[in-house]
Amino acid sequence: MKNSSELSRRKFIQQVSLSGIALTLGAYFPASGKTEVEIVNAQLVDKASTELLSWISIDTSGKVTIRNHRSEMGQGTFQAIPQMIAEELEVNLDQVTILFAPANPKKFGPQPQEGSFSIRGWYKQLLQVGASAREMLIGVAAKQWAVDPSDCYAQNGQVIHRSSGKKLGYGLLVEEASTLPPPQNVPLKSRKDYKIIGKSLPRQDIPLKINGTAQFGLDKKVPGMLYAVVERSPRFRGKVIRFDDSKTKAVAGVKNVFMVQRAVFGNLTEGVAVVANSLWAAMQGRKLLTVEWDDSGFDHLDSDQLASQMRANLGKPGPSQKFEAAWQTSAKKIDAIYETPYQSHSCMEPLNCIAHVQDNRIDIWGPIQEANWIQADLSDRMGIPKENVTVNMTFLGGGFGRKGFTDYPHEAALISKTMKAPVQVVWTREDDMRTGPFRTGAFYACKGGVDSTGQILAFQMITAAQWIGQEWSPKPYPDPEPPSYNNGNTEGMLHPYLKAIPHYSFGGVGTRAPIPVLWWRSVYASTNGFAAESFIDELAHLAGQDPLAFRRNHLPDKRYQDIVDQLEMISGWKSRGKNAGWGIAITECFSGICGHIVQVSRKADGKLKIDKVIALIDCGWYVNPDIIRAQVEGSIIMGLGAAIKHATTFKDGKAVEQNFNTYEMPRMTDTPEIEVHIMENDEKAGGVGEPGLPPFAPALCNAIFDLTGKRIRTLPFKLEDV
Amino acid sequence: MPLYTLAINGKKYPVNADAQMPLLWAIRELVGLTGTKYGCGMAQCGACTVHLAGAPIRSCSFPVSAVLNQPITTIEGISKDNSHPVQKAWIAEQVPQCGYCQSGQIMSAVALLKTNPHPTDEDIDAAMQGNICRCGTYPRIRKAIKMAAGTLAKTNGQ
Repeated sequence: MKNSSELSRRKFIQQVSLSGIALTLGAYFPASGKTEVEIVNAQLVDKASTELLSWISIDTSGKVTIRNHRSEMGQGTFQAIPQMIAEELEVNLDQVTILFAPANPKKFGPQPQEGSFSIRGWYKQLLQVGASAREMLIGVAAKQWAVDPSDCYAQNGQVIHRSSGKKLGYGLLVEEASTLPPPQNVPLKSRKDYKIIGKSLPRQDIPLKINGTAQFGLDKKVPGMLYAVVERSPRFRGKVIRFDDSKTKAVAGVKNVFMVQRAVFGNLTEGVAVVANSLWAAMQGRKLLTVEWDDSGFDHLDSDQLASQMRANLGKPGPSQKFEAAWQTSAKKIDAIYETPYQSHSCMEPLNCIAHVQDNRIDIWGPIQEANWIQADLSDRMGIPKENVTVNMTFLGGGFGRKGFTDYPHEAALISKTMKAPVQVVWTREDDMRTGPFRTGAFYACKGGVDSTGQILAFQMITAAQWIGQEWSPKPYPDPEPPSYNNGNTEGMLHPYLKAIPHYSFGGVGTRAPIPVLWWRSVYASTNGFAAESFIDELAHLAGQDPLAFRRNHLPDKRYQDIVDQLEMISGWKSRGKNAGWGIAITECFSGICGHIVQVSRKADGKLKIDKVIALIDCGWYVNPDIIRAQVEGSIIMGLGAAIKHATTFKDGKAVEQNFNTYEMPRMTDTPEIEVHIMENDEKAGGVGEPGLPPFAPALCNAIFDLTGKRIRTLPFKLEDV
Repeated sequence: MPLYTLAINGKKYPVNADAQMPLLWAIRELVGLTGTKYGCGMAQCGACTVHLAGAPIRSCSFPVSAVLNQPITTIEGISKDNSHPVQKAWIAEQVPQCGYCQSGQIMSAVALLKTNPHPTDEDIDAAMQGNICRCGTYPRIRKAIKMAAGTLAKTNGQ
């Protein structure tokens, strides 16, 4: 397999021209639900430009290429998308070349990498792409043999005539197939007939990632490329007053130093770019640069001020009289405040982007989660038609939401425009960690009560956080966000609970601050889930019930009953010993439900240890179980980091943590034994990349309560302090 | 700028570099071997791990002038065809997710097994503690190291 990002369109055209013809199926499904299938042959290639690039190409030698139109940041689309198409196309995945496709919403539909959406959002359409191509190839073979197509089938890249056993390879059929109208609504295989979907086929990107050949954004070079580093305002809204570049410009290789902006939602941030003919020269030049910042007009917050604001905001919504009245009638009632911190994404590959801005065209290369958005955003901001903006994806060294934003390509494009050359902008670890945007910290005020039978009578959760939506608000900072009540701040919490709870109430107050915030793996569920599933546990103990049985009693739907039963069985919940603490938590986000059972114990040295995490994910229909297990394992470790290792704090309006010496990551010794199970059912495909994260922190804290009687309501905390 | 000759993966590369330039940038930007990764620049994450005279070092914090005549091995020198027992184990256990840190993880693991063919869990902890993986592939790294140790033991007739 070739490293996809290296196979340029030019080379592709060459390949097509050599073999004479290629069949390319593009199938973006507009609202009408019609399948748009396009055939491109060699004569059309030169005119077709980027229109060539869609999912499947077969050359006359029978070589199959499948494009992955989503970014690959570790979550496995590079494997899962071709695995789905290959199933219906009837080809073996190990004979397929996988390429990245650039942003092209006309060909591929929306390509954002967010919301655990790659499979759950598109699997039926992607299966249809493979099935349509297969039927076209079968149609040609049947015509050549003058037999009924229904007497033919496809297997291993060949069409076979059932009665006579005659065979024809796809390569011999593709030319004529390209002249046929593509069939619509081809019946899809049933799950029992799958040959490759549902199997743990080895990932096709792994061989590239163990010998240094996988190309990440930082590895990409284009001819004539310059390098830039940017001194950005250490306070998030600082403006450049003046800078002294006399020493910087004396560094050999430095070509230019200038002020550059970067759009972070509605806010144009400022920095000073140092551009040089080598990365080293740019970095050396930056060290000698001095910048004077105007830091007026916005707060220079400390973390404890921010926390006070959020705590105060929790009290802002007027009490719901109806809820208060119900809560007051509870046989037993409690209230609690939960606090979660800001977090940095800290992908292992720091941000970087190459931009080449020319008269009426922009080319972007980089680790990108949001190809379409960047295309539209740059077109809009730079005044260049969208079709002239090409966004090319490399492998991403992590994404977690941070690379699903438009700021870093925007800045690169502005620098390239000034330099009239392709420029790679490289963020250092410190730039990446201190600049944000960050996951918001979120505070929760919970109230709950149980009736005399131990059922929840009333449940309230009020949130105070910086809403991501506020970042788009035209209102200038620091306008306060009005309180909203019963507004549904429930992402992460299992919704069937609400069927069992007679009186519930949700609401929130947006906290305004100059700190930029953004989605972070599992978004609000990463903090909501902690509050909701910790508080459910508190209510279970208030009711004097087993926390697992308590959840079962409050989850009336069969799908959720099955999850609780399965968690009970796989963990041996009923037979657990008394010397360990066990905690359960179940959350749901992006159509994926995940439950964790965390087991903790106190060792001979008095230290608390996480012995084991047993996870169960229900993502409905799925493609590759081993990738699912890997995603849940990784989510647990990322959740562990956010629970007990790291947080971003602020002092005098600046992020304190700037590198891994202070933002301490989970490491090998922090890793507990992890066991991941997958629910088997006939539900629709759900999310995989994110749902495994939110249950960890509450399950851990519930386990600690089980062992020690100590309730932890503030993250992060140190295990050694418990 | 002084001229250094770097012996990387058995090949000699003359490079003109500042004496204080970290070896990482010399390898990536001057020699053009990009398998070795930049992660933190302060020897905290291990993404830049290479072998210097067989021992693992964090190349982001090691000046090129301190290399002297010692041979360097990068991920590209482990094997191009993924035939090294550690690479094979990485495939068997399906270790990488995003893959960015894995060059460094593999370099640390290869160095561990070279000096300690039968590492215990504690030995693995100690050798791998300097390598961060944000995707959280640690459980699989541990399994893969044990598998590679088994393969190496067989190869060596132990």
